[in-house]
Amino acid sequence: MEVEKFYYDNGIVRKFAIASLIFGLIGMLVGLTVALEFVFPKMTYGIDFLSFGRLRPLHTNAIIFAFVGNGIFTGVYYSLQRLLKTRMFSDLLSNVHFWGWQLIILSAAITLPLGITSSKEYAELEWPIDIAITLIWVVFGLNMFGTIIKRRTRHIYVAIWFYIATWITVAMLHIVNNLELPVTLFKSYSLYAGVQDALVQWWYGHNAVAFFLTTPYLGLMYYFIPKVSNRPVFSYRLSIIHFWALIFIYIWAGPHHLLYTALPDWAQSLGTVFSIMLIAPSWGGMLNGLLTLRGAWDKVREDPVLKFLVVAVTAYGMSTFEGPMMSLKSVNAISHYTDWTVAHVHIGGLGWNGFLTFGMLYWLFPKMWNTKLHSIKLANLHFWIGTLGILFWALPMYWTGFTQSLMWKEFTPDGFLMYPNFLETVKQLKPMYALRAFGGLLYLVGFIVMLYNIVLTVKSGSFVSQEAAESAPLEKNFVKPKNESFHRLLERKPIQMLIFSFIAVAIGGAIEIVPTFLIQSNVPTISSVQPYTPLELEGRDIYIREGCNNCHSQMIRPFRSETERYGEYSKAGEFVYDHPHLWGSKRTGPDLAREGTGNKQSKSNIWHFNHMYDPEAVSEGSIMPPYPWLIEDQLNVSNLEAKISAMRKLGVPYQEGYEQIALEELEYQAMEIADDIAANGVEVSSDREIIALIAYLQRLGTDINNAEEVPVK
Amino acid sequence: MEVIFILIGFSLLIALGFLFAFIWATKSGQYDDDYTPSIRMLFDDDINSKKNQSK
Repeated sequence: MEVEKFYYDNGIVRKFAIASLIFGLIGMLVGLTVALEFVFPKMTYGIDFLSFGRLRPLHTNAIIFAFVGNGIFTGVYYSLQRLLKTRMFSDLLSNVHFWGWQLIILSAAITLPLGITSSKEYAELEWPIDIAITLIWVVFGLNMFGTIIKRRTRHIYVAIWFYIATWITVAMLHIVNNLELPVTLFKSYSLYAGVQDALVQWWYGHNAVAFFLTTPYLGLMYYFIPKVSNRPVFSYRLSIIHFWALIFIYIWAGPHHLLYTALPDWAQSLGTVFSIMLIAPSWGGMLNGLLTLRGAWDKVREDPVLKFLVVAVTAYGMSTFEGPMMSLKSVNAISHYTDWTVAHVHIGGLGWNGFLTFGMLYWLFPKMWNTKLHSIKLANLHFWIGTLGILFWALPMYWTGFTQSLMWKEFTPDGFLMYPNFLETVKQLKPMYALRAFGGLLYLVGFIVMLYNIVLTVKSGSFVSQEAAESAPLEKNFVKPKNESFHRLLERKPIQMLIFSFIAVAIGGAIEIVPTFLIQSNVPTISSVQPYTPLELEGRDIYIREGCNNCHSQMIRPFRSETERYGEYSKAGEFVYDHPHLWGSKRTGPDLAREGTGNKQSKSNIWHFNHMYDPEAVSEGSIMPPYPWLIEDQLNVSNLEAKISAMRKLGVPYQEGYEQIALEELEYQAMEIADDIAANGVEVSSDREIIALIAYLQRLGTDINNAEEVPVK
Repeated sequence: MEVIFILIGFSLLIALGFLFAFIWATKSGQYDDDYTPSIRMLFDDDINSKKNQSK
């Protein structure tokens, strides 16, 4: 049989690898900054775009989509060509994918600090960027499936199956969760409200972890561990079972992010059950990775690349054991809203994704530059500093998580909360937050050592842009001994056809089904729950812009420790006009679901005013940053009419023609609040942003007080 | 909560998509041999690196 000569495209791999390194540095620097903001709350005083609420989404997005994202593409573009014995389908598509993805990252880096956000965790980017992501993702898909089609080996290695699953599922999750109604170019409202929105968000949020941070990296694990150790994977059969079991189970586990919330119990239980089942495929995969090294552990001692890979897979194993444990309702009652969750994701992020990326890059750079790694010693140094960094990061945060939860739930013998002031629990954690920042710093220093090492490696070699390869072409007339008819149907139009038709069906289905359900879902179940006033709506948008939901939840769970502290637990019917929901997932500060007038923890307008101006002056020891710009800046009401009509389109029952009187009502309510603040000694103009925010805070959780009967659910 | 029907719908579509991919994979012989693929993926660089060095 003749042999075809062709070239692997290393140029595109190099581009993604360098992008991953650059954005890794930026993402970690932002991470260190936000960690330091816990220790020095006034560090970025008065600079709105550097406040924690705006930087935290930048950190998560930069790490997930820029550092890890580019890491995924590095590994995929390298391994796909070699596994399929072919060049990428199209160099043009490769480059469109690369530059498109970097432009998306750039636009994220600009819009998120400006407060342009949808508030949904890991999906904060606004609608124009969401559309760009969809288009570029399709380009990636075309390129990948095109490459699979023109492959020279008939067999599709397991790593590629993981890449395929990643592509399809991320496409679906991204589209469904980001369905939103644009108000302006930079503002949109989620199509879903309240409980519905939360469910969709965490169906996405959990699977963003599953199908962006896990399945593609498992594919990389199945390629790079055997490659680096030069050993076949422990069990290829196990890898097949691992793949199919994992993708079937993962998609259902989302509701474990909403345990004890207003989400119906059966959905919570469903999420828990699937989460527990996930241990099996996850650990099957982890063991398959580790056991690949059986008989080769001496290599782990010598080779820093393998060290990184081994710790990565171990961290994966720990995370995927811990995850199901945290999905048990009794454990979740303790862990949720605390820093335990944050520690959990950083074992995954720093350990699994970070270390696997490092291992992969330490191996790829010398290979593509046809040289040796500049310094094994420095790589080992990076390994140890990085590992220490993970420990210094995670251990204090586990400690913090337990401390928080125990203090929140502690009662005196007389049956009162031991720490009724939330601030007492925060003060206790400060040393731990400082240690965490130190851990982050260590990890970053290790990363910088790596950058230095790689730069010198690159200098010592010459880049092989077009790597020559040869392979026999795929036999044209492949005959399968059995089931010819069914097989022939699929063989000439393989997975690509299947997948694109599925996408077409799914998009059509979404457009048809979603509106139908939306109308029904907005029928209020608690009659006293009313839409927000224009001022409150604007205030809510400021709450979203400032990312308040990154530190404050709005969801009181039905525990005595919470109802004692915050008031009546939250009901599903209270959130029917919340596009999007703002339940949050973390309580760095107290829950705000019942912050409003007349509730247990309500405060006066002047208190809120002073507190936003300087939290520490009002609550001594608070780590909340000051928001002076809210007092200086004028409230922008130019989009008020568009916002009201957008909300009406989403099913919020504003009367026809309400737009005309909305501004008048807004000004009237603002005047009332400003007058009240003035009566308490501070003159403030009624057109400031702070007034709208106070109006919103004073509304939170108050509707239910007017209900004739408080519902159980 | 009606949105759960959409989510279940999409999840099932994905699951069905994978089911068909699984059937295709099995029928087209992807899993007939569950040993050599793990070995084969190790052999692809030797010829190339020699070539590249001689270049």
